[in-house]
Amino acid sequence: MRYEIAIIGGGPAGLAAACAAKEAGCGSILILERDRDAGGILNQCIHNGFGLHTFGEELTGPEYAARYVDKARRQGIECRLNTMVVDISPDKVITAMSRREGLFTIEAEAVILAMGCRERSRGALSIPGFRPAGIYSAGTAQRLINIEGMMPGREVVILGSGDIGLIMARRMTLEGARVKLVAELMPYSGGLKRNIVQCLDDFGIPLRLSHTVIGIHGRERLTGVTVAETDHNRRPVPGTEERIDCDTLLLSVGLIPENELSRGMGLKMDPATGGPVVGENLETSADGVFACGNVLHVHDLVDYVSEEAASAGRNAVKYIKDRRSGKRESGRRVRLRAGKGVRYTVPGYLEPEHMDESAVIRFRVSNVYREAYVGICFDDICVKQQRKHVLAPGEMEQIRLLKKDIERYPGLSEITIRVEAGAGSNQAAL
Amino acid sequence: MKRYDCIIIGAGVTGCAAARELSRQNRSIAVLERRSDVCEGTSKANSGIVHAGFDAEPGTWKAGMNMAGNRMMEQLSKELDFPFRVNKTLVLAFEESEKEGLLKLFNRGKRNKVPGLSILDGDKVRELEPAVSDKVCAALYAPTGGIVCPFEMTIAYAENAYRNGVSFFLEHEVVRIVKKGIAGHTYQIETDKETFEAPIVVNAAGVYADVLHNMVSGQKLHITPRRGEYLLFDKSAGTMVSHTIFQLPGPNGKGVLITPTVHGNLLAGPTAMDIEDREGVDTTREGLDEIVEKARRSVPGLPLDRVITSFAGLRAHEAGRDFIIGECPDAEGFFDAAGIASPGLTGAPAIAVYLADLIEKRYPAGRKEGFVPERKGMIHLSDLSVPEKLRIIQSNPAYAEVICRCETVTEGEIIDAIQRPLGARTIDGIKRRTRAGMGRCQAGFCTPKIIDILARELNLRPEQVTKCKGDSALLTGRTGEAYEI
Repeated sequence: MRYEIAIIGGGPAGLAAACAAKEAGCGSILILERDRDAGGILNQCIHNGFGLHTFGEELTGPEYAARYVDKARRQGIECRLNTMVVDISPDKVITAMSRREGLFTIEAEAVILAMGCRERSRGALSIPGFRPAGIYSAGTAQRLINIEGMMPGREVVILGSGDIGLIMARRMTLEGARVKLVAELMPYSGGLKRNIVQCLDDFGIPLRLSHTVIGIHGRERLTGVTVAETDHNRRPVPGTEERIDCDTLLLSVGLIPENELSRGMGLKMDPATGGPVVGENLETSADGVFACGNVLHVHDLVDYVSEEAASAGRNAVKYIKDRRSGKRESGRRVRLRAGKGVRYTVPGYLEPEHMDESAVIRFRVSNVYREAYVGICFDDICVKQQRKHVLAPGEMEQIRLLKKDIERYPGLSEITIRVEAGAGSNQAAL
Repeated sequence: MKRYDCIIIGAGVTGCAAARELSRQNRSIAVLERRSDVCEGTSKANSGIVHAGFDAEPGTWKAGMNMAGNRMMEQLSKELDFPFRVNKTLVLAFEESEKEGLLKLFNRGKRNKVPGLSILDGDKVRELEPAVSDKVCAALYAPTGGIVCPFEMTIAYAENAYRNGVSFFLEHEVVRIVKKGIAGHTYQIETDKETFEAPIVVNAAGVYADVLHNMVSGQKLHITPRRGEYLLFDKSAGTMVSHTIFQLPGPNGKGVLITPTVHGNLLAGPTAMDIEDREGVDTTREGLDEIVEKARRSVPGLPLDRVITSFAGLRAHEAGRDFIIGECPDAEGFFDAAGIASPGLTGAPAIAVYLADLIEKRYPAGRKEGFVPERKGMIHLSDLSVPEKLRIIQSNPAYAEVICRCETVTEGEIIDAIQRPLGARTIDGIKRRTRAGMGRCQAGFCTPKIIDILARELNLRPEQVTKCKGDSALLTGRTGEAYEI
């Protein structure tokens, strides 16, 4: 079987990439999805708040997914469900398996990686104690409640204030469970401000910043956890330990892009994002292999996933056209560097000759900053500063770089994005 | 009252191996196990090492059983179809002063007749293992050291014993043993469920072996649970070292090792802490920190961000420091396999053969017709070649449905784990048989699916599915259901 574009993953990224590729004129597209429905994790996110940027209205996760699923269906995009991709070779032969079709291979001219992310587990935190039942990642609990209709527990402590943890604090409360506490290791929450207000404050659930779980009790089912305050090195402060009885511990301690297939292909990876290194066209280090959505870097808002993925879809179509017409060659690269206070940027580089009129640069800061500036430097020259009231690691930032601005610096080798305390002195006019 | 010719207490590796070796003989045999599955105690949480044999004092049970078990392992792993690999062992010395310690091990190994031992210089060690510390100045090299999957080895023994007619009574905790009769004795064994009777008892009760022994003998044993904590790393770190890497042993054991596992992870540990609690398998901050500190001495670049889980196990350390193997002098027909601390996993096959021979000599029963020595392991789809995969999937499409994505475990494997003899009844049972949930997401994605499959196959409600039986239900009920707090 041969397709122009094969998309690995039928969540929001895969669906948006497929729709955009179709609109850009791609004839044959195949989505390979491991779950029983398309839509990805959105299907278990039954709360609202999705789609404000994309549709100008607040949708639930399944509604947001349905818009894309319906669109893809209308466009005649083929999607194989319950299908697990187990390997992608460098020449873009995909090996997959499903109960219906067994083990099979697919060849594609371009591949779009859209596998999403997974949650960090208890083991990754090395929380000491016993290993009883009742410890779940927040997303697993979300699936159990919202998809399977089952309750993972009744008396709950949540470690980590990532968005899924916050959403689950509210969800479990609505289902009659008692959420006793959300503990956050850092002095700030990793979740969106609106979720802290709507999911914790509105229900009177305490959020304890600079706190963590240092002990797990119960040999069969969880009976309690020990929570302690942490110092600025994130180590527990002796004397602050408090035992809290509970039968459930939910972990919302970070998401990790799921890049087993990407690593298997030998793609160049960015240790800061956990995703592949891509250029402004979202192409990875392998020719004709693109990445978008949470497999590239973890997003907060699905709207930006859709936007990024649509761009990957269009670029994949462009890649195929250029390749067929023999136009394709790589250009000069300008590296994007995460400067002071910035954890990463996506993309990792630009090709000025090939880029569109503008390129969106997404990034995250490494700490909370108030009344600060985002500075953009072209080599040693600071070309722009943008004032920000608040910058927080939990909220993805983005800036737009214009092609015409970059073309004014012909010898440019590096663009740095950094956080600055105030207006710089060597600011150049744009 | 249930009567057997021989009752084995404990379904760890020693008990299951003894059951299998005894099932070659013409007797009725039962294994009593307090937990809900085989391999639930010491056998499930250890280093998984097949020791070369240079550690134990010459002339001890430990030395003898280690050497014999090591020699048996290759053949046994083929017969019983469990993963075993000779990955070779290194013991590192970091300072000139430690070379003496290496020499001592070398000589001890020679006396135990460990083949192929040599002492390598630091450069040679780094050539073999580029990740070891620059400070390493020498190492003892043992080409017969290996690694094994302790779960599969124990389960393989149990399944083969079952195949050969041994009865297993899981969730049967022995509470009392009474010796009856003067001429022609028998043991009455009370459990929390029913009472058993047998003239021959094999005590393979791990950290509780002293408690059972002391019920029938005046010559008291004392077992101290020695806790060992471990860190398990992601498979992406699994090739960081290829040998099992020890440091010089201390007074409490062989110290912290770093080793690849047969499944391609990296394992670091154990600590050695004597504790009172025979159920004390909790990890501690101090313990985990200690592993990191010590393991980094061997391999400074240990990727701590790739730890996927930590766990602890208990070694049954007997006060006399050696294995206690044989018939109890003041309780005829009562055979101990007690104090089976390290190198117990290596020694188990030899201990089992020794005990079976001894029992046959003391209480002859003759060889049984039709003993089947082979056991066929589970199909692990991800280990197969493409044509083999195609063949399996063709015959059973459930092998094309991936349930655990991290370890690529399919529904076919999970159903097999449940349906085979002594099959899995819990999430942990599935995990040890198939590796579902052992990967980097640590069961985040597959738990709901495995609950579904267990409930379906065992005809349970989802809220009756447990992690490890007892009070370990995974779910507390359905959504929208009334309940009392």
